[in-house]
Amino acid sequence: MNLYYYASPATFYPLAGKLIPWFVALTVLFTAIGLYIGFFVAPTDFQQGEGYRIIYIHVPAAWMSMFIYVVMAFWSAIGLAFNTRLSFIMTRALAPTGAMFTFLALWTGAFWGKPMWGAWWVWDARLTSELILLFLYVGFMALQAAIDDTRRADRAGALLNLVGVINIPIIYFSVKWWNTLHQGSSVKPGSSSMAEIMLWGMLVMAIATWMYTIAVALARSRTLILERERQTEWARAELEGRA
Amino acid sequence: MNWGSWEAFWAMGGYALYVWGSYGMTVLCVVGEIWLLRRHRQRTLATLRRLNQLSQ
Repeated sequence: MNLYYYASPATFYPLAGKLIPWFVALTVLFTAIGLYIGFFVAPTDFQQGEGYRIIYIHVPAAWMSMFIYVVMAFWSAIGLAFNTRLSFIMTRALAPTGAMFTFLALWTGAFWGKPMWGAWWVWDARLTSELILLFLYVGFMALQAAIDDTRRADRAGALLNLVGVINIPIIYFSVKWWNTLHQGSSVKPGSSSMAEIMLWGMLVMAIATWMYTIAVALARSRTLILERERQTEWARAELEGRA
Repeated sequence: MNWGSWEAFWAMGGYALYVWGSYGMTVLCVVGEIWLLRRHRQRTLATLRRLNQLSQ
């Protein structure tokens, strides 16, 4: 299989179209299993009661918010180095979903913080760096929208992502580097401080957010591809329903 | 099974506001994103069709 073959928008477009229903199906499946484990199998937490069940969405959303930004920075670097059109398209396709997960991580965190800490928000290193991540996503999208020339917008956005990715290790290690109210990570390679079934629920939900992100990013990239390729023969055929 | 009844399930041991506030916002965001995605695609397709017709 030649990877370059699928790096061309003309071949990627139909491939993405075929893949989307599968990722949607996997999203539904994993969400159903994850929520079932989280709400009906996993027991009540002995310290936090039923309120802890927020973690089944909070932790996967927080992971995804950081992971998507790293993927965007990766595609930005590839795009800048090799000038591949599809990398910039993927970067753009991921941004709104990344912003959504960042917002959800903050929102669900606030809804967990209020009953557990007594505050919706504190200016703690973990929370503040996650808020900066939200601004980075919004800044990227605003920058793309503000520059009319697509090639310049791509390059400017890519540069912003490469600078902004420095924030990711800061978020991740913030609970180690500073005294934060936010608890340390419950999941570490090789060991975990959680009950196994709770961990499984969280991991299945994390897979569900992956599948969702892939499905939505593929769908968004298809629209972006048509926008950029509208004058090519295949895009015309697609737009007129001849394909 | 954790819950004796549906009432107990919805009450979430007194954390109903926080648990359902979190999951509710998640559902809202996901539905909103899919809706925006669809609308963007339909609008873009309509614009592109018009542009291509003009340039023919």
